[in-house]
Amino acid sequence: MKVITAENLTKKFGSFTAVDHISFEVEQGEIFGFLGANGAGKTTAMRMLCGLSKPTSGKGMVAGYDISKNPEKIKASIGYMSQKFSMYEDLKVWENIRLFAGIYGVPEKEIGHRTDELLRNLQFESQKDTFVKSLPLGWKQKLAFSVAIVHEPKIVFLDEPTGGVDPAARRQFWELIYQAADRGITVFVTTHYMDEAEYCNRVSIMVDGRIDALDTPRNLKDRFNASGMDDVFQRLARGAKRNSD
Amino acid sequence: MGDKSLSVTPKNNCQLSTVNCQLLTKSYGKVQALKGVSFSVDKGEIFGIIGPDGSGKTSLFRILTTLLLADEGTASVDGFDVVKDYKDIRKTVGYMPGRFSLYQDLTVEENLQFFATVFNTTIEENYDLIKDIYSQIEPFKTRRAGKLSGGMKQKLALSCALIHKPTVLFLDEPTTGVDPVSRKELWEMLKRLKNQGITILVSTPYMDEAARCDRIALIKDGRFLTIDAPENITAKFNQKLFAVRGFEMSRLLNDIRSIPTVKTCYAFGDSHHVTVETGNNDSQDSVQEALYLFLIYKGHTGLEIEAINPGIEDCFMELTKAEAI
Repeated sequence: MKVITAENLTKKFGSFTAVDHISFEVEQGEIFGFLGANGAGKTTAMRMLCGLSKPTSGKGMVAGYDISKNPEKIKASIGYMSQKFSMYEDLKVWENIRLFAGIYGVPEKEIGHRTDELLRNLQFESQKDTFVKSLPLGWKQKLAFSVAIVHEPKIVFLDEPTGGVDPAARRQFWELIYQAADRGITVFVTTHYMDEAEYCNRVSIMVDGRIDALDTPRNLKDRFNASGMDDVFQRLARGAKRNSD
Repeated sequence: MGDKSLSVTPKNNCQLSTVNCQLLTKSYGKVQALKGVSFSVDKGEIFGIIGPDGSGKTSLFRILTTLLLADEGTASVDGFDVVKDYKDIRKTVGYMPGRFSLYQDLTVEENLQFFATVFNTTIEENYDLIKDIYSQIEPFKTRRAGKLSGGMKQKLALSCALIHKPTVLFLDEPTTGVDPVSRKELWEMLKRLKNQGITILVSTPYMDEAARCDRIALIKDGRFLTIDAPENITAKFNQKLFAVRGFEMSRLLNDIRSIPTVKTCYAFGDSHHVTVETGNNDSQDSVQEALYLFLIYKGHTGLEIEAINPGIEDCFMELTKAEAI
């Protein structure tokens, strides 16, 4: 089952075409890596898919809803996490979970039970009353991810989720992603770590607003005769005409 | 840790090295940001300080650039003491902080002019040094700094940090959040600066950038885990390491971890890196064979197992594991 379809999705800001006729599909339960240089148009594309920005032209369906016609329905069917904004630092762990579960529309009587389950899965019960600001970054990010899927969305969008965390924490984070995908949650993720691109089932690489390559990491490496995804990325993105950002 | 480079450098060696730190500590309330850091950097070296957010990198840079006082320990840059001679250090070093800190309302050219004036020099006088970098943003020299793209801001910040021809350049996480192409470009620029005799201290959370440095320090929780040339650090890794691939990578991870002789198993790009408890008589082939048979038995397909050499990231994880015990 397809949970994301984009057909010639385009976004213009004045005369500038930020996203230029991109088309792709993402299957349910897939881990889809959305790569590109700074300024290639990833954020703009992602904002359209999350129902936060209307496309200038083209069509997009996310979780069964049209991104132009039903953006509010989309917002209720997805989870979102970014490195820059994830949790409220001045709230305790359980308060953050409660807040986001409420915002995401988890029924009142289920929130307590979901909170316990979430903390148990992370083996984090003992930190229930800790303020988020005093958690190590790796923990914050694991918690933020769990909170972003507390309502069991069809899709979770992750915008550079692992920046700056230590290697072990980065891997624990990806194991949570694997678990979510195994449960059928589609994971749409951007990252600048090219080894993480390898963890994805398929990746797309955006250059100057277009998707210039889309395939499994293995096929991309074969096609470009490259040793790793970094090599593939360098070859595609070096040709970019746009200045970054 | 009998590593020579970790020991405190005797005073009479000071002239040889450009940066010298001895047992620096710094606390913020209860948080110990630096727990006794000692190291020295030779003239003309690219020295990388590599570790995650919150490990103490920025505190260390701020102490060395005289913007923060250490609680204990001493440090010198270019022979000047960071406390007593702070004015001299400020004249001789260049510092590019992690957060963009130029004047957003001044144009590209005005920012550069400003920094040149503050350091009693002119753009023309040191243009040669920055030409490589500045020429890329010169077409936009009348644009306000606040309106520049991320990559251009970075080039401007680097130009401003270089305009007074510093002897030592401090770059705090210049590549964080930067895409792989721009990261590569930055490292190429640093190499050219090194060739012009500038000593460079650079911090990064990206382990794969270690190879770009002459020597690196791995830092975690305010402590250096090791200091050495990247190739020496990987050479010291004393485990048998295997890369394992299969068609079901997620299930594979759990199944490998269920093997009693497996010590660690982490996802590493397109494979899982596995260290195994081995007896003296176990050959590499027999260990590999045993892994293979077990995973076949578990129903895995598309299996590929090979013995590999470790990277810096493997070493970092091994060293932090040892720390935790």
